[in-house]
Amino acid sequence: MNVVDLRSVSFRYAGSERNVLSDINLKIEEGESVLITGPSGCGKSTIARVIMGLIPHSYPGDFSGEAYVLGMNILENPVSRIATNCGIVFQNPENQLFTFSVEDDVAFGPENLALPPYEICRRVDESLRLVGIEHLRHASPNSISGGEQQKAAIASIISMHPSLIIFDEPTSMLDPSSSASLIQSIFRLKESLREMGKEITLIIIEHRINLLINHISRMIVVSDGKIVLDGDPMTVLNESFERRIPINIPPLLRIYFRIKDRCGLEKPPRSLQELLSYLREDGWGRNG
Amino acid sequence: MVEIVVENLFFKYPEAENYVLKNINLIIKEGESIAILGENGAGKTTLAKNLNGLLKPTQGSVKIDGVDTRNLSVAKIARKIGFVCHNPDHQFFAETVEEEIRFGLRNFGFPENEAERSIREVLKTFGLEDYRFRNPFQLSGGEKKRLAIASIMVWNPELLILDEPTIGMDYAQRLNIQRVLKKLVSEGRSIVVITHDVDFAASLCERAIILSKGEVIGDGCLRKLLSDSEVIEKASLKKPFLIELEEELGFSIMEEDFDEICDFLTRVFPKCHS
Repeated sequence: MNVVDLRSVSFRYAGSERNVLSDINLKIEEGESVLITGPSGCGKSTIARVIMGLIPHSYPGDFSGEAYVLGMNILENPVSRIATNCGIVFQNPENQLFTFSVEDDVAFGPENLALPPYEICRRVDESLRLVGIEHLRHASPNSISGGEQQKAAIASIISMHPSLIIFDEPTSMLDPSSSASLIQSIFRLKESLREMGKEITLIIIEHRINLLINHISRMIVVSDGKIVLDGDPMTVLNESFERRIPINIPPLLRIYFRIKDRCGLEKPPRSLQELLSYLREDGWGRNG
Repeated sequence: MVEIVVENLFFKYPEAENYVLKNINLIIKEGESIAILGENGAGKTTLAKNLNGLLKPTQGSVKIDGVDTRNLSVAKIARKIGFVCHNPDHQFFAETVEEEIRFGLRNFGFPENEAERSIREVLKTFGLEDYRFRNPFQLSGGEKKRLAIASIMVWNPELLILDEPTIGMDYAQRLNIQRVLKKLVSEGRSIVVITHDVDFAASLCERAIILSKGEVIGDGCLRKLLSDSEVIEKASLKKPFLIELEEELGFSIMEEDFDEICDFLTRVFPKCHS
C-alpha cells in the first residue's frame, strides 16, 4: 500500500488568482525517506498540508483531485483521524509546544487517544528516550534551546506511534551544529524504530539540502506548483543544476556539476580536499 | 548617519535569574556591514533588541548618536534603525501586502505620492508585485520573509537589523537579498545581520561579532574570525565554504557566486582545459 497517494491534485488558496498546486501526482511507499525541495513559494508546504488533510479541511480554497494517506481518503476523513497516524513537525516549535513541561507535551497526544495510563507513561518514556531528551522531561518548553524544543516537538509526535512523519523545515531555527545533530537524530530514530519492528516513512521539506543529501532515498523538486523532478538524489541534483532551478545545491556539488565534463571528473568528490587533490594531480595550482 | 555605542551592557529578562548578555562593549559606525553569529541561545536576538531600544539594558548603556536608549521612544529609534524579526508572523498585522508595507510610511508621515512610489519600488525589488493584494498570512515562508524585509526597508532606515533573513529562501532569493543588502551598504547605510548561515554572512559582511553564552568571544574581521577553528567550535558555527576553499588553495578568491568561482577554478587548473 502507498503511504501517500496524490492523484491530479490541484489547489488554489481563497483570494489567490493562481493555483499553488497544479496536477500533482505523487506516490510514496512505506519506509521511504523523501526530501521535498524547490524554490521559495513553489508549493512545498501546501503539499504537506494536503497530506495532513489540513487542505481542504482547514484552509479555504479550491481543491480538486484525489488524495489518500495511509489508505484514507482525505476528503472523507477528519484531520483528527489522519493526525493519529501521520504527524507533522513545523518550522517553529514554539507554535507546537504549549504545556508547562516537556513530559506533558509528549503525553498530550496519547491522552487524547484515551489510552490507559500505564500505556501513556510507557510511550512518554519511550519517546523521550528515542529522541534523546530524557533529561528534559520536567523542563518547561520555554526554558530550553531551539534545538531541544524541536526535539520535544518530535517526541510529542513519536508518542502517537505515527506511520508517517512530515518535517516542514525542521532545522530553519537552528545553528549549524544543532541542525546537523537534529537530522542525525531523526534518521537514528527511524533506524531504532525499524529494529523495534516498526517501519516509518519520512517526508522532509528543506532548503538546506546539504544536511540531508547523505540520508535520503529520494528527492523531489517542486517548482511553480508542479513536481518537476523526482528520483535518485544525485541525479535530481544534477538535473536541477542543468536546468538552473534555484535550489540550494551544496557548494561542492555545484562546482562538481559545473566542471565535471571539462575536467573529466567521474564521480562527485566527497570533500573539497578530494576535489582539489584531483585537480592538482599534474602538479598545478599548488600554493607557492 | 547613525552611530551606536554599547558600554558595559548587561541584560537579563525580568524575573529571570541569569544574565543573557554579559559585559558587552561595541561601537557600530556608519556604513558597516556586521554579522552577529553564535550558537542557539547565545543572546544574538537579545543583543539586537538592545541595539534598537526594544529592550533596555539592565546595567550599562546603549547610546544612539550619543543619546541613551532609555531616553528615546521606540518609534523615534525605528525611523533610524529598522528591525526585521526572525518570525514574520510576529511582525504582520495588515490584511494585504500593500497595507503591511504602507504602515511604516504612513506613521512616519511620508506624503502619499512618495509612499506609492516607494511601495512599488520595494515590491519590485523583492519580486512581490503579484502579491500586492494578497493576505500576508497566506504567503509561503520565503515570501513572508521577503515581505517582512520589504516592509521595513521601504522607509529607508539608516541602519537595518535583520534577524535570520535567509530562512526559507532558495538559492536565487538568497542571492537577491545579498545583492539588495550590498547595495544598501555601498550607499553608506549600515546593516547588522543575525544569522546561522555563515556562507551568507561571509559573502556580505566585513565584520563579525561572535557571541557565546552571552559574551562577545570575537569582534573584528569576519574572514579572520571564521578561519579560527577555536572560535568556530565554541560558537557552534561552521567554516564558510569560500574560506575553506581559499585556505585549501592558498590564495584568495574575489569571485562572488559559484559560477564565477567555477570559472576561476577551470582557469587555474590545466586539467580543466582538455
